[in-house]
Amino acid sequence: MRKIFKTSMAVALSVCMAAALTACGGSGSSASSEPAAEATEAADAAEETADTGAKIKIGGSGPLTGPAAVYGQAVKNAAEIAVEEVNAKGGLQFELDMEDDAHDPEKAVTAYGVLKDWGMQVSLATVTSAPGAAVSPSYAEDQIFAITPSGSSPAVVFADPDNLSGAYGNVFQMCFTDPNQGSASADYIAAHTDLGSKVAIIYKNDDNYSKGIHDTFVAEAAVKNVEVVYEGTFDDSNAQDFSVQLGQAQDAGADIVFLPIYYDPASLILTQANQMGYKPTFFGVDGMDGILTLEGFDTSLAEGVYLLTPFSADAEDELTVNFVNAYKEKCGGEIPNQFAADAYDCVYAIAQACEAAGVTADMSSDEICAKLVEQFTSMTFSGLTGEGMTWNENGEVTKSPKAVVIQNGVYVGVED
Amino acid sequence: MKEKTAIFSLFGDKKKRGRLISFALVIAAYIIVEVLLKSGNLSSLFTSLLVPITCYVVASIGLNLNVGISGELNLGQAGFMSVGAFCAVCVSGVLAGSITAGIPRLIIAIVCGAVLAGLFGFVIGIPVLKLQGDYLAIVTLAFGQIIKSIFMNTYIGFDSEGLHFSFVDSNFKLQPGGKMLLNGPMGATGTQKIANFTVGVVLVLIALLIVYNLMFSRSGRAIMAARDNRIAAESVGIPISRTKMLAFVVSASLAGAAGALYGLNYATLVPNKFDFNTSILILVYVVLGGLGNMTGTIISTVVLILLPELLRSLQDYRMLIYAVVLILIMLVTNNDMLRTKWKSLTSRKAKGGASNG
Repeated sequence: MRKIFKTSMAVALSVCMAAALTACGGSGSSASSEPAAEATEAADAAEETADTGAKIKIGGSGPLTGPAAVYGQAVKNAAEIAVEEVNAKGGLQFELDMEDDAHDPEKAVTAYGVLKDWGMQVSLATVTSAPGAAVSPSYAEDQIFAITPSGSSPAVVFADPDNLSGAYGNVFQMCFTDPNQGSASADYIAAHTDLGSKVAIIYKNDDNYSKGIHDTFVAEAAVKNVEVVYEGTFDDSNAQDFSVQLGQAQDAGADIVFLPIYYDPASLILTQANQMGYKPTFFGVDGMDGILTLEGFDTSLAEGVYLLTPFSADAEDELTVNFVNAYKEKCGGEIPNQFAADAYDCVYAIAQACEAAGVTADMSSDEICAKLVEQFTSMTFSGLTGEGMTWNENGEVTKSPKAVVIQNGVYVGVED
Repeated sequence: MKEKTAIFSLFGDKKKRGRLISFALVIAAYIIVEVLLKSGNLSSLFTSLLVPITCYVVASIGLNLNVGISGELNLGQAGFMSVGAFCAVCVSGVLAGSITAGIPRLIIAIVCGAVLAGLFGFVIGIPVLKLQGDYLAIVTLAFGQIIKSIFMNTYIGFDSEGLHFSFVDSNFKLQPGGKMLLNGPMGATGTQKIANFTVGVVLVLIALLIVYNLMFSRSGRAIMAARDNRIAAESVGIPISRTKMLAFVVSASLAGAAGALYGLNYATLVPNKFDFNTSILILVYVVLGGLGNMTGTIISTVVLILLPELLRSLQDYRMLIYAVVLILIMLVTNNDMLRTKWKSLTSRKAKGGASNG
């Protein structure tokens, strides 16, 4: 009995060692396994082309795992829907590969390597900002056209984001930049004095996105004479309890609480404010989007929350209705958020530009890049997240944000 | 008692061989990778992993000196890495105008990063090394968090008038054309990527050289004596805190150098990257590679970085498999029976094993 155990363990160990050795070989410490792996890949690729005809390969990376996974998953699902729809029309054929970057710049760079090996010709860049800023130089260097659905930081499109200069030129954004969101929110609050007059801000100061919006909001608020009475911060380590910040905001007499944060901490803020009986108007930005689908959150608490978002799932135009239905069908009744809409638009914008420029799957990525950049800087695109969108040569989009308010558990557009 | 004999056997007649294997392994790996790289046979994925691997290897070697040789559980290695990384990013940003060539700037930045991290190591070592065991682990853990918070709130800008510095907020105005080197929680953006693989490998070799020379020197023996029995070591006149400090500072400097290389390999660097998880990750590399075993550390670091990437084809299951593999390795390497078996295997095939690397 003992001997059998011994032998089986020895076998298990040798299997482990073999696995470790192969893994090691992959790095290039052993010359033999590397070409073999590539040969299989090449064979796979050949098979695919033979099976389905030439397809334009669209790559992209996003957090499919980890705390920001909701965004990555939304983008992946919506992009898949869009690709299926485009392919079903005949004509242009796309193939999509979304890799996981876990919202980590380091992993995003590796994911970029994976996509490049795969033969990516056009890209959705990254879903989140910090990884986007890490891979944009690679896209510029390799001249692969990229449009990010939701990487909103200026660092995604500019090599020198402090001076907004040194644009990469071939990296575009489908979403607003952070500065735009901040100033648009301040403008909206300034124009709608019925919401309140004293603003408290609670933001996450270790987050690129949150801090970026906060900074421009405060700057614009000063210009528009919006009174900011309180600024509270939190970070990763203390994102559980907001009673101090809320208490101080209440003491400062704030009747609007601006939350330039993601929906996860925002849901806690809403719950805790409700518990302490503090009922100001909550005002969020696009990161608030997703709060209604959060598990275990009492959506009645989100009643009356305002947010600026380019997309509302309750809009009645045909495009939105079709998209929402397709998304619900694919994801078991889940309502798409703005990230999903941005991704859907990205694929359609790429399709529109490819058609106009006559891009085919056998072109090199450089060639496609040059043609798409020319198209994107000259075309107008209408999609889920706006009508008549245009892009400047830096890759920034021009479109107008819509304010929505949550009523009876759905977004309702607010007429200006 | 068993552990001690295991460690001493490493130093006896095998002392030189272990050292040789480490260097041979690194150089052989470098030559193979370079050949593949030059002939265009290395995929983009592996190309993008080369520099991070060398960074983590250097940091692991440093941590192994601290945990394996000096016997102090350090949970703040990522903190030292971030000191090196942000220092290097700032130095490189400031020198960008005057030294345009990448390599000299990279070397200067790495040296600055290592020196500053070593300095931090010295300052932190003063209170930390008065503690032992769990208490020391807790303090180094806290240090990692403190460093992260400090960088979250540090704003450094550089323009034609020189450096601007603030701890409060970006409350200084830069001249046109100025650049924020460090922007609080946003970290450094738009860094020039000047790190390269060759420098990384040279750094690994230097780290090995430093650690082996220290290990086999008089100070190294003193460090290990202090680890094995503090009272006995003290009784023969070994200055405990000074020897431990030596290992701690060298370990911190190596982490700083690793961080410097890492920081200059990415266009953007956020303080959040160097959190508790990263410290633990490096500790996992060290523990799996074997405490005090530098060759093992190098191999385990490379394997554990590559593993999740090679499992990408499994998509959603890859992190699950990664965790299972980790647990299996832990169980298997900790099995005494298998260890003796493995030892008899390796001693029989010692010569063949050395050349295989």
